[in-house]
Amino acid sequence: MSQSNTCCCGCGGQEPFAALAPVLEEYGGVPGSLITILQKAQDLYGYLSEEVIRHIAQATGTQPAKVYGVATFYTQFRLKPVGKHLILLCKGTACHVNGADAVEEAITEELGIRDGETTGDGQFTLNNVACLGCCSLAPVMMVRTGDGEETYGNLTRDRVKAILRDIQAEEGAKA
Amino acid sequence: MRVVVGQGSCGVATGARKTAGALAQLLQEKGLAVPVELTGCVGACYLEPIVDVYGDDGALQARYVKVQPDKAAELVERHLMGGTVVEEWTIAPEDARFLEGQTRIVLRSCGVIDPERVEDYIAAGGYEAARKALTSMTPEQVIEEIKISGLRGRGGAGFPTWFKWNAARQSPAEQKYIVCNADEGDPGAFMDRSVLEGDPHSVLEGMLIGGYAIGASQGVIYVRAEYPLAIKRLEIAMKQARERGFLGKALFGTGFSFDIRIKAGAGAFVCGEETALIASLEGERGMPRLKPPFPAAKGFWQMPTNINNVETFANVPWILRQGGAAFAAIGTEKSTGTKVFALAGKIQKGGLVEVPMGLPIRDIIFNIGGGIKNGKQFKAVQMGGPSGGCIPAELADTTVDYESIPKTGAIVGSGGMIVMDEDTCMVDMARFFLEFTRKESCGKCNYCRVGTKRMLEILERITQGEGKDGDIELLEELAEKIKDGSLCGLGQTAPNPVLTTLRYFRKEYEDHIYRKKCTAHACKALVRYEITDACRGCTLCAKQCPVGAITGGVKERHSIDQDKCIKCGKCMDSCKFAAIWKD
Repeated sequence: MSQSNTCCCGCGGQEPFAALAPVLEEYGGVPGSLITILQKAQDLYGYLSEEVIRHIAQATGTQPAKVYGVATFYTQFRLKPVGKHLILLCKGTACHVNGADAVEEAITEELGIRDGETTGDGQFTLNNVACLGCCSLAPVMMVRTGDGEETYGNLTRDRVKAILRDIQAEEGAKA
Repeated sequence: MRVVVGQGSCGVATGARKTAGALAQLLQEKGLAVPVELTGCVGACYLEPIVDVYGDDGALQARYVKVQPDKAAELVERHLMGGTVVEEWTIAPEDARFLEGQTRIVLRSCGVIDPERVEDYIAAGGYEAARKALTSMTPEQVIEEIKISGLRGRGGAGFPTWFKWNAARQSPAEQKYIVCNADEGDPGAFMDRSVLEGDPHSVLEGMLIGGYAIGASQGVIYVRAEYPLAIKRLEIAMKQARERGFLGKALFGTGFSFDIRIKAGAGAFVCGEETALIASLEGERGMPRLKPPFPAAKGFWQMPTNINNVETFANVPWILRQGGAAFAAIGTEKSTGTKVFALAGKIQKGGLVEVPMGLPIRDIIFNIGGGIKNGKQFKAVQMGGPSGGCIPAELADTTVDYESIPKTGAIVGSGGMIVMDEDTCMVDMARFFLEFTRKESCGKCNYCRVGTKRMLEILERITQGEGKDGDIELLEELAEKIKDGSLCGLGQTAPNPVLTTLRYFRKEYEDHIYRKKCTAHACKALVRYEITDACRGCTLCAKQCPVGAITGGVKERHSIDQDKCIKCGKCMDSCKFAAIWKD
């Protein structure tokens, strides 16, 4: 990781990571809270930037390498920004035998992104996940936004494309 | 009169929340004072959204299935206002059998009570078991009752619960911990999610009793971050339990204090392993530690810690209320009680199934699950997820218990039961699971870290038509080495999906390697699409083909350029004359 002094939290360099201060206040001194702090930081900023990792390391008196090690160990943590709509495509066993690969192909066809990628307009990110636990409705995906999440079951190529188009149309209407 | 809408994650995914919203809005518009309440998952996921209508006498008037939001208006008009049951939307007798064929202990209140109202749980006898334990039993008596019940850990290993509790009880320490493992990471299993969403207090009560038994004043629920609804309902339940004096200080007028907090996992399958889970609770990378010392002696923060699975805890209040002997009377001699299975895959009626231990696989799949989807042939059932194995159709009479299932090479596991039909390729299934374990290996042990990768590479080659002589033997050799050379359960069991498919479906491996054929037509590289004489020349397939591999004039037989074909199968899906054939 290279040294960087720019802040990614939207403060314009005035008060770096001000929003994270209460979290660090509450959990910084509690042993074993690193994962919780990282989860809350990700909730705030959408992902864990190098700057935020360094900031957490400094604030908690931990080596940046250790924070980075924990952040990369767990699949929940993202080191890159995600789109407004995070598509969690289930690749669990039931979804696999019921055609999750075809659904993934359809998403790629529709949005031009693969697992881990974000669309150029920053609207969608595709993440394959191990299991969403809605196995009876396989194949399944969850679309998460800042407002919450919606789960869609019994997907087919056509259905997933229709859902994505609906979301795009809604976004278009908002804009 | 009241209306209850099932809103577990499955129900919500099919639109239950919208249905409930539409019903509530319509009822308000019509000025009817009929409350729309929520309940958890009844388990019949394939029938969601499910709406129950209860009369003023409290009796169920009708159970409606597949109630999409657009049916709300008619339902309100005909039943809730008109007073006539809409017969054509009610649950069919054969579907009712899906539920009637079950014995429900763990799921006793799922889909019955409102999980967000502690009053409902109390009305169903909730917290009576905790009161009984704390006020009239010694911790030793509680452990003895669990011993009589024969309860074994439902997370996978099937270790006797009383033994773990007793070991933690015997470990002297000022601070002990009780941990609920709700990190249901097995892809294809969702029992724990449904219990947490549908009856969270049963887990809290089980933990409270466990805490009393081992002498722990603190409980932690380690729950997957992928289960936001479960976390929300647990938080509500914990708040209500504190308000009612079921969690906190000096409970039930005794000197015993106990409280619980939630720790959201961050996604790592290996954290299902006890010592890895503890490392994760401590904020570290979730890597397993050497045993002994066992968690019962030195666990969370080096203190005696007892870890049980969600389903194990949910059984505990029932056992204390009904008695250990009543629990032991269900199931087989060595595997007592019931087990919840998540029935999914190529099954007609997928959902949650709770049955007595010792029921044959065939009964679960055919009598309860209604057999295979689309009239296909039953080929195998996968049990135990990435640590388990595939049990072939010819062993369908095997009974499901901790003695019989391991003899097949699979394990009971946490309860995932994925049904496969003739279109499922067993080599691809093995590849799928190895892909999973390779990704989830924490990297501590060489054999697990590198070995699973090498096995995956071989399986990928085989499914891509590049298998070669000696691959099967190499897989077998690696499998044994990984089992021997791994510290924790993940590595020790990772080769099981390969070993069981090799044991029962060796010919499929040989077909892939030597004949370059995938008889299930699932491995793309080994499939060939052809257009037959049945083609009417409608041109639909040519329009669908993303790479322009199909040519032919209108009303002429089309053909596929095999060099261009990417084997996506869209032509076959679109053909209305069944003129496209897959070899």
